[in-house]
Amino acid sequence: MSKKEKSIDLFFTVIMTAVSVIYVYPIFAIFINSLKKESAIGTNTVFKMPDTQTFAGLANYSDAVSAKGFIPAFLLSVFITVTSVAALLVFCSMCAWYIVRVNNRLTKLIYGLFVFSMIVPFQLVMFSLSQTADRLFLNSPWTIWLVYLGFGAGLAVFMFAGFIRSVPIDVEEAAVIDGCSPIQTYFLVVFPMLKPTLISVGILQTMWIWNDYLLPTLVLDIKKYKTVPMLIQYFRGSYGSVQMGPMMACIMLTVLPAAVFYLVLQKYIVKGIAAGAVKG
Amino acid sequence: MATRNELIKKRYFVFFVLPLLAAFTVGFIIPFIEGVWLSFCRFTVIDNASFTGIKNYISAFGDKGFRAALWFTVKTALVMVLLINTAGFVFAVILTREIKGTAVFRTVLFMPNLIGGIVLGYIWQIIINYVLSVVGAPLLALNSTAGYWGIIILMCWQQIGYVMIIYIAALQSIPDEMSEAAQIDGATYLQTLFKIKLPMLFSSIMICVFITLTNAFKLFDQNLALTSGEPAHATEMLALNIYNNFYARPGLMWRGIGQAKAVIFCIIVVMIACAQFRLTKEKDGEYNE
Repeated sequence: MSKKEKSIDLFFTVIMTAVSVIYVYPIFAIFINSLKKESAIGTNTVFKMPDTQTFAGLANYSDAVSAKGFIPAFLLSVFITVTSVAALLVFCSMCAWYIVRVNNRLTKLIYGLFVFSMIVPFQLVMFSLSQTADRLFLNSPWTIWLVYLGFGAGLAVFMFAGFIRSVPIDVEEAAVIDGCSPIQTYFLVVFPMLKPTLISVGILQTMWIWNDYLLPTLVLDIKKYKTVPMLIQYFRGSYGSVQMGPMMACIMLTVLPAAVFYLVLQKYIVKGIAAGAVKG
Repeated sequence: MATRNELIKKRYFVFFVLPLLAAFTVGFIIPFIEGVWLSFCRFTVIDNASFTGIKNYISAFGDKGFRAALWFTVKTALVMVLLINTAGFVFAVILTREIKGTAVFRTVLFMPNLIGGIVLGYIWQIIINYVLSVVGAPLLALNSTAGYWGIIILMCWQQIGYVMIIYIAALQSIPDEMSEAAQIDGATYLQTLFKIKLPMLFSSIMICVFITLTNAFKLFDQNLALTSGEPAHATEMLALNIYNNFYARPGLMWRGIGQAKAVIFCIIVVMIACAQFRLTKEKDGEYNE
């Protein structure tokens, strides 16, 4: 590498460092404020570091956890995300395999509907979806995964179908010759081969469902059940009386698991995004 | 082809497809059909819907708030798409040079994508209000210019990392031989970038433009959390305008009008999707010839 190129790269490193600092700053600002006493948090002191007078330790965090109902909301979010994503992975991959391998007019029509559903904005279906969920008693945390399965199926089927098309059929035929039934063929031969796409789809759907605010708000009874985004919006809604300290602690407690999830699975997330885009 | 059909007997439809199809019917097909039908009705709940023809559509187009929300959405969407894609592309080019710290920069830039829209909106509301109070300008609740640029800054912060990941993957899929050959022929770095790489990235650029454009049109959580349309609905985007018709506006006719707006909204998004699809197809065709 020439000297000139080296200095260009150094210049870029400096630029990107500055960009990264700007990127992290908003979260850092929320973090330092979540450590301050309530009286010390105001719009004109947001960027001041806490000092001995204003430092509140983890008081806001214990307040958020104990008084603000963060733990039930967190567990509810985990439960809804895990059940919904698991259902999406199993049922959508099964359906996509059938659609690809039994290539007839009916499966083409069904596939077309799935693709169409990816484009339709949520606002078009939001009212009748919440009413349908009520009528069919799907409006509880135990059954909301069925709503997510139905509304989120489009992208998952689309990505699975794209991958299955690239998988040679020979292995499956060999399994059939060896006496496997289609169900055995699917679960013993095909499903394990889908691993990379299972991970990609799982991550994309987890990011969506974990952060989703509107669908659970409309489907669940907010007085009884709050997911994390619902909890945060709920406290924000009551403007004047909102306590900023515990609020910011809540935000940090939401950002933290997302950050851990990201750092642990970064390799797969990056691949998943790229794969989702190429097929999109 | 015969073996294909023997591989899965058609009767396995019940096992493989039917469960998902049932959920899909409940979660999408019924709500979609009902949603379109309700746009021609006056209703507060589904049971009291009465057919009123295209009245809702006339009211929707006559609603100043809707036209304002449409215009606000278009002008934010265009600026967002431009800024996000330009910055994402530039960062991708820089980070494929394998400079020091690449892994860290990539991690940091993508991080905001993991944070939900509600939390993002709330974080930026705090930050922007601080900056406004320092310069002595009115806060977000009274300042529509700040609300406009605020939502753009927020979306840039969230989505630059996302498109950057896609551009990085696309840049890395271009074989090194191409740029090496160009450089041997005397092309400069920038010439190689713009004349060789950029045309090859066309389909990735289309995809990213489409993703960011659709995201901008469908934007809801961030809009709700950052300004909730304040001041006086001046920063209200399409999705929030429709939502408010349903859940925040008194009057018997508003749900029907909201539903009609949602159909119009859907048609716009479908048109964008079709345009993208055709553009990508055409360009791919050119390459294949």
